[in-house]
Amino acid sequence: MRIFNFFRPAQPAKPESSAHQAKERLQIVMAHERANRDGPDFLPLLQQELLAVIAKYVDVDQNKVEVKLDRAKDVSTLEVNIELPSRKPETNRRRPVLQGATSSP
Amino acid sequence: MGQIIVMTSGKGGVGKTTSSAAFATGFALRGHKTVVIDFDVGLRNLDLVMGCERRVVFDFINVINGEAKLGQALVKDKRVDNLYILPTSQTRDKDALTKEGVEAVMEELRKEFEFIICDSPAGIERGALMALYFADQAIIVTNPEVSSVRDSDRILGMLAARSRRAELGQAPVTEHLLLTRYDPSRVERGEMLNVDDVLEILAIPLLGVIPESQAVLRASNVGLPVILDETSNAGMAYADAVARFLGEQVEHRFVKPVKRGLFSRLLGRPA
Repeated sequence: MRIFNFFRPAQPAKPESSAHQAKERLQIVMAHERANRDGPDFLPLLQQELLAVIAKYVDVDQNKVEVKLDRAKDVSTLEVNIELPSRKPETNRRRPVLQGATSSP
Repeated sequence: MGQIIVMTSGKGGVGKTTSSAAFATGFALRGHKTVVIDFDVGLRNLDLVMGCERRVVFDFINVINGEAKLGQALVKDKRVDNLYILPTSQTRDKDALTKEGVEAVMEELRKEFEFIICDSPAGIERGALMALYFADQAIIVTNPEVSSVRDSDRILGMLAARSRRAELGQAPVTEHLLLTRYDPSRVERGEMLNVDDVLEILAIPLLGVIPESQAVLRASNVGLPVILDETSNAGMAYADAVARFLGEQVEHRFVKPVKRGLFSRLLGRPA
């Protein structure tokens, strides 16, 4: 049926084609998976240790910790947002961070 | 309290993940806060189909094991409001799905979401059982093909016997049939089981018929749920099925073959 296809040579996927996008997405995600295949799942541990360090100085709510990741071809970014509690002026529990650190009870 | 919906089939490759992504997106587009969960531990793919694979930090198993909070593992969709994805682990296996762990996550999600869609793995082992165990409703994804229909019947048996509703003697899980990869022209030529054949054999209510469509592969290539391809037959068929699930009366549009003129045949354009 496709008589016009006869005149069209076979072409590799164009950069904007969906097949090209599929290949690129797979390459990115699989490169990361292969690299981490035998290693431990470090993100939960990293988060626990980061929190433990921060908790030494301020009260942090576990639920107010946001971890964002963006994997790209050459570089990945890990973004950790920790919401710190607002300081109440009267209570000395939330003194400036460094002071609290040196004079912990 | 949110409704838990399992997308299941027994057989692999029939369109569970495609359908989970489409339904979740469809519910969210209509303003219902929805989360879709990947139960295929070790073979994660929902993230790719939803196009959020680069943003996965923590997963369902991390939450079950207490290594992350649920809110940290939920990935918010960038295109559609009210839509969240809970990806699974790519490195662990199905044994990580403990009944108590899954239950705790489900109870927490029920409080916050209207619809919780569980994308089941193929098979009838632990992963598939855990995906269907807490379900209130089940969408059985079936291809008009002998092995798929038989496997669907097997899964219907599991829903009736091994779901939590069955074990507690509650009202049974509500069943819906979603017939996918349907090719009306092959049906007309007598080369494929027709809708009525499948309905007669499985004897459950029909939710929708999704036509075989090139849009499905195109959509998964780019990580876009096919329901967002609003001009495609498959996209429209999913939108209709979502409307029916929500109680609307919508006619089945894609069960008859499309008449093609000489010109479109010559150009070789797909229907």
